[in-house]
Amino acid sequence: MHSILFIVFLPLLAAIVAGLGNKALGNVPAKVITTGALFISCALSWPIFLSFVAGSAEASVTPVLKWVQSGSMSFDWALRVDTLTAVMLVVITSVSALVHLYSWGYMDEEPDQPRFFAYLSLFTFAMLMLVTADNLVQMFFGWEGVGLASYLLIGFWFRKPSACSAAIKAFVVNRVGDLGFMLGIFGTWLVFQTTSIPEILHAAPSMAGSTIGFLGHRFDTMTVLCVLLFIGAMGKSAQLGLHTWLPDAMEGPTPVSALIHAATMVTAGVFMVCRLSPMFVVSPTAMGVVTFVGAATCFFAATVGTTQWDIKRVIAYSTCSQLGYMFFAAGSGAFGAAMFHLFTHAFFKALLFLGAGSVIHAMHHEQDMRYYGALRKEIPWTFWAMMAGTLAITGVGIVDVIGFAGFYSKDSILEAAYASGSEVGSFAFWCGITAALMTSFYSWRLVFLTFYGAPRWAASEHIQHAVHGEHEDADAEDGHDHDHSHELLDPHHGEGTAGYHPHESPLVMLVPLIVLSLGAIFAGFLFTHSFISEGEGEFWKGALVFNEHLLHAMHGVPGWVKWAPFTVMAVGFGTAWYAYLKNPRFPAAFVEQFGVVHRFVFNKWYFDELYNFLFVRPAFWLGKVFWKQGDVGIIDRFGPNGAAWVVAQGSRVAQKVQSGYLYSYALVMLIGLVVGISWVMVR
Amino acid sequence: MTGFPILSLMLLVPLAGAIACLVSGNQSARQIALVVTLVDLVLGILLWLNFDLSAGHPQWQFVEHVPLFAGFSWALGIDGIALMLIMLSVFLMPICIGASWESITKRQGEYYAAFLLMETLMIGVFTAQDLYLFYIMFEAGLIPMYLIIGIWGGADRIYASYKFFLYTLLGSVLMLIAMLWMVHEAGTTDIPTLMAYNFSAKAQTWLFLAFFASFAVKMPMWPVHTWLPDAHVQAPTAGSVILAGVLLKMGGYGFIRFSLPMFPEASAQFAWLVFALSMIAVVVTSLIALVQHDMKKLIAYSSVAHMAIVTIGLFAFNVQGLEGSMIVMLSHGLVSGALFLCVGIIYDRLHTREIDRYGGLSINMPKYALFFLLFTMASIGLPGTSGFVGEFLSLGGIYQVSSWVALVCTTGIILGAAYMLYLYRRVAFGDQKHADAAAMTDLTFRELAMVIPLGLAVLWMGVYPESFLAPMRADIAALDARVARAKPAGDAKVTAGQPGAHAQMSEHEEGAH
Repeated sequence: MHSILFIVFLPLLAAIVAGLGNKALGNVPAKVITTGALFISCALSWPIFLSFVAGSAEASVTPVLKWVQSGSMSFDWALRVDTLTAVMLVVITSVSALVHLYSWGYMDEEPDQPRFFAYLSLFTFAMLMLVTADNLVQMFFGWEGVGLASYLLIGFWFRKPSACSAAIKAFVVNRVGDLGFMLGIFGTWLVFQTTSIPEILHAAPSMAGSTIGFLGHRFDTMTVLCVLLFIGAMGKSAQLGLHTWLPDAMEGPTPVSALIHAATMVTAGVFMVCRLSPMFVVSPTAMGVVTFVGAATCFFAATVGTTQWDIKRVIAYSTCSQLGYMFFAAGSGAFGAAMFHLFTHAFFKALLFLGAGSVIHAMHHEQDMRYYGALRKEIPWTFWAMMAGTLAITGVGIVDVIGFAGFYSKDSILEAAYASGSEVGSFAFWCGITAALMTSFYSWRLVFLTFYGAPRWAASEHIQHAVHGEHEDADAEDGHDHDHSHELLDPHHGEGTAGYHPHESPLVMLVPLIVLSLGAIFAGFLFTHSFISEGEGEFWKGALVFNEHLLHAMHGVPGWVKWAPFTVMAVGFGTAWYAYLKNPRFPAAFVEQFGVVHRFVFNKWYFDELYNFLFVRPAFWLGKVFWKQGDVGIIDRFGPNGAAWVVAQGSRVAQKVQSGYLYSYALVMLIGLVVGISWVMVR
Repeated sequence: MTGFPILSLMLLVPLAGAIACLVSGNQSARQIALVVTLVDLVLGILLWLNFDLSAGHPQWQFVEHVPLFAGFSWALGIDGIALMLIMLSVFLMPICIGASWESITKRQGEYYAAFLLMETLMIGVFTAQDLYLFYIMFEAGLIPMYLIIGIWGGADRIYASYKFFLYTLLGSVLMLIAMLWMVHEAGTTDIPTLMAYNFSAKAQTWLFLAFFASFAVKMPMWPVHTWLPDAHVQAPTAGSVILAGVLLKMGGYGFIRFSLPMFPEASAQFAWLVFALSMIAVVVTSLIALVQHDMKKLIAYSSVAHMAIVTIGLFAFNVQGLEGSMIVMLSHGLVSGALFLCVGIIYDRLHTREIDRYGGLSINMPKYALFFLLFTMASIGLPGTSGFVGEFLSLGGIYQVSSWVALVCTTGIILGAAYMLYLYRRVAFGDQKHADAAAMTDLTFRELAMVIPLGLAVLWMGVYPESFLAPMRADIAALDARVARAKPAGDAKVTAGQPGAHAQMSEHEEGAH
């Protein structure tokens, strides 16, 4: 199984070559090297995954290098491959390879291409290190590594202030989560005296009922550890409270959003909870927390998604919401379903993002859906790809017969939440059902606004630029500032094409769309047996907790539970159809009627404003106070300056004796030394 | 190598070089200084290669002992801890000479002589086995630094050197008195003997406080840190590099060599004080760093926060804390040195440290932006760089003692990311706001020759820290054993699990389905 070394380290090598070679290397060689490395990694990953699907492979660990040994604490670099890793391997390398390819077209006009591709490959390496980790610290290495790559890619267009701010925000908010992760690792080490994941998972059940002192109180040991680790997962996976960085991360180029902020990095938190599932199941409290946070996020993000105008932001909130599904699945004990949704979501969400990128590409960097419309005929390949993605995310399918990818995974999650039988489980179920309704609504809203109706391109500044040949607009994908956000969709305002002709994207962009479309259509049907059905036990082989009782309970849920997702999906579709095609005046009227609610939701529940008020501004204010009042005003004033005043009086005398200050002090010191030593000697 | 006085040679080479620089005057001083520091670097590498790491190796190696007079002797010798700090010093010195190569134009002979003298004294601090020899080296080391700031420094250099002097004077007087008493009590000036000597608990309290006064200033710990920002701001680039890189490590070295082994009970008794000051330092100085306009001040304040991680690790009384602190010190030596160098590189071009005068340097200085990013990330403690290993072990060490201290100090990873990325954004990202900053050229060959070794060392220590941990392992274990009797209990007190209870609970849950 040494192919894993190539899978993981080829992207790193490619990143180093392309990054250091940069301009000297040239665009095309840099792109060939990085993309080539990723396709090789991808080609090597699929056989591993398929051998696990076939049940012929066993978990293995490939040691790489010693890392740290400090007393009884030690952890090494090693690559672990088991079923869970194999799933992640194909997700990461496939999406990454396709995104690399897609970027050939999307980033074609970009002057700084080697840097972009180097970052993408670096990200892939870090993500692979994360999922192959055999100990918690290497997982943390990958965790922070993807954070770095995400920071660099969000800030890729570093001349834009908004991109720089978004990059810093992403890193710092993630660090808040990492604080929990780090303390979680320390606590885990303290309790188990090891950071090796298999050893921890083996020992975890025996710690049930144990208590630990933490911050002056005593708590259940496993609850403390799991909640701390879960705080890390909340940061990386943008769960409610630590989600604020994800929508802003859309400042990065769209392929980045597809790879990092939809398919792979943001799912790291889900992966972590699944990887450590034997720990989490020991603490029902921690499982409840995971379920609750997941369910709340799923609901919250879906509400915001229904109101946004920026096509990427809609999909970003949708991602946030879908991650919530994965978490409450895990919290309900259906880890297989969580991983299955991660797997299918990677395909259809990457597809939606890349499709959105294709639309943006066609619309000359316009991202506001109010200036789209009627693009169905202009960019048909993109349209059909987006349709496949939308059908998958809304979970279209017929119960017990067949459906798109999201149908299998989302339905099983909702069934699991219902079947878990706990109060928080039914809370999650209802949040999930409501969110499914809104998912269907905002997804179809996106499709109708973009591809149907009459063209509304004339009002777009970007289109105006394009039409009037003003290409010097350096800030690609700038979007407008979103200050006209309260402006409502007026169907007759700015109608028309302004003489603009959108072009379908080049083949390098369409191929990834087609491949991912196939994934969005078939991934659920093909792999449902392995991930979540009776075959589950043999497939996972203990890589995560498989709860057979829950599986049986899921089969026994009432019929209405099975049909509920389908029903809300249809209602969401109908509402979107009515509001955006049948009666386009309806949204404006609705907003007028429910202005307060709309404002609250549209402004993302005012989280950013709240955090600015609570954390950002006080931090700067405190910094100034500690500096000016504390250091300068108190410590210096009464410390050295007070003493210096005394010395200065003396030095006026010294000044008369000698011209330089410095020599006199050196002299004073030397005399002091000499006196001291002489005293010792004569003693 | 046995019997060959390599440590004396390492002390004498820079001293001879210093004299040569003074004699040669301005013309060839820098060439002499470069050759001399490189020779010392080679000697240092030889020292490391010949350091005995086999099982049961003697703790003190390369020992030299020449009695001089009145019980005062030329006693040298190193253990793994000293070896690592010597390596740090000899590694940074040629880089400092390189950093001064073009920026120092006045009184070059004296300048390089001062640097070489300082190298002798720094190595002297880490090799001295005689208490008085240590004291002389420890205090005299300030004089060249004092001169470097006072003569070749910025506009406000006199005030900075005042402050520097006043702070350190206070500590050193108290320490000298304590040393005199100790020698009187124990009847020896031999440091290894004193490290095993058991002072009475009452004496330990006073001795600890006296030493603490000196080391806390050197470290520097809050609230006796205010000399550091001024000293850094006024010092020339190379002065800042060596100040942050090596001189700040003397406080930590003092704690690990004197306070902990000689006064274990008092150390445990005052651990709360150290923790409190360190927690304040992490939060307060990080917040102050956030609002700085001056690049050097920002990095100086960040040093105070990082040094607080060292002190909590040292006073955690366990192997992880101690080893983590040592790695933080080595890493901080490299990283903050490198960051000051990065500031110096653009200061040489634009002659301002004002952050807002820069911007968009990624455009015209991509190589510079890459290295600056690497060192920024190392400062933040990104895994894979040296910063992470030390921080992780140190915080992991303190967690075993107190989850509160660990929680507060770990917020440093959030605040650290905030102020460093905010700095990086204002310097390297954004648009090119000023024409002169936009016209700056990328790194020259000389500058690359300085930052590349630093960058490689930072990655080496991050990916394979075993090279640096191995020489110290036995010494840290010995120290851990020495302080074990005063070890605090820790607040976790994990109770044994009752798996049966869990099984019942889950059965109950399943019953509910």
